[in-house]
Amino acid sequence: MRSLASLLFVGGLGFLLLVIGGTLPLGQPPMLVGQDIQQAAADQVGTANFVTAVVLAFRGLDTLGELAILFAAATAGGLVLGNTGSRARPAAGFILRSGCDLLFPLLLVVGLYIVMHGHLTPGGGFQGGVILAAAFFLPLLARPQESLDHRWMSLIEGLSGAAFIGLGILALYQGQAFLTPLFDRGVVGELVSGGSLPLLYLAVGLKVGAELASLLSRLAHDDEVTS
Amino acid sequence: MIWIAVVLVVLTLGAALAVLLLNNLLAATAAASVVSLGVALMCVMLRAPDVAMTEAVVGAGLSGLILALTLRRLGLVGLGIGQRGEKS
Repeated sequence: MRSLASLLFVGGLGFLLLVIGGTLPLGQPPMLVGQDIQQAAADQVGTANFVTAVVLAFRGLDTLGELAILFAAATAGGLVLGNTGSRARPAAGFILRSGCDLLFPLLLVVGLYIVMHGHLTPGGGFQGGVILAAAFFLPLLARPQESLDHRWMSLIEGLSGAAFIGLGILALYQGQAFLTPLFDRGVVGELVSGGSLPLLYLAVGLKVGAELASLLSRLAHDDEVTS
Repeated sequence: MIWIAVVLVVLTLGAALAVLLLNNLLAATAAASVVSLGVALMCVMLRAPDVAMTEAVVGAGLSGLILALTLRRLGLVGLGIGQRGEKS
């Protein structure tokens, strides 16, 4: 009953917001910064995907903040969950194992594609990193007795995080602002273009993937009674 | 186009209702993933593929996975609201 009451409340709130939103002009943004970015991004940053230009070039510091928050969350999760030894769990069935073998290379390719083409097509380091984490988590579901090597995971995570900050400091060293895109911009739309943005996205993808894979494997490897 | 949107909205709202009303926790987790999937498809229709990809990957995939794994770790898989696992 209480959930229904709260649902009613949320519905009323949504109706109120809809009434307020109905009076606003849709499709005519009051801010003009979006148009300016669309005109300037291709020339200044050299990415075909404007979202990447905003996320990594104009607002690189925010991305660093996101990475820091994710790192803190994953570290706290690892602390709470602990590094429990993998208890002997019955092996998964035939369908799960075959499906995992089928899906693992596919997910790996899709994740790497999304990370590498973050400056050209929709997607980027975060999305591709999560897909990579899912790809490396799948074998743990199919073969529960195996486990990820957490030392390698933290090594990849730390090195890619350090590479992200190092690229930012390199820009400082060259006399520009922190995390300014470096290197030659190249031709817009080619795989090797956009200066240092693909490298930044690669670092983000590896970091997110390693963090989340480590977190998921810690969650999955429990020493509790399971059904 | 408008009918696709109507179907999506109905599906998403129905799944959101199911999250509240379902008694089985695992089923509620699956329904929450369906809500994220509907929102992702609506973002595709609004031509925001970046947001849609994030929503599909994080909302439908990762958060559902984390919720389900948490349920397994707590020993609550297959149990309903108010029931307790056999372990203390």
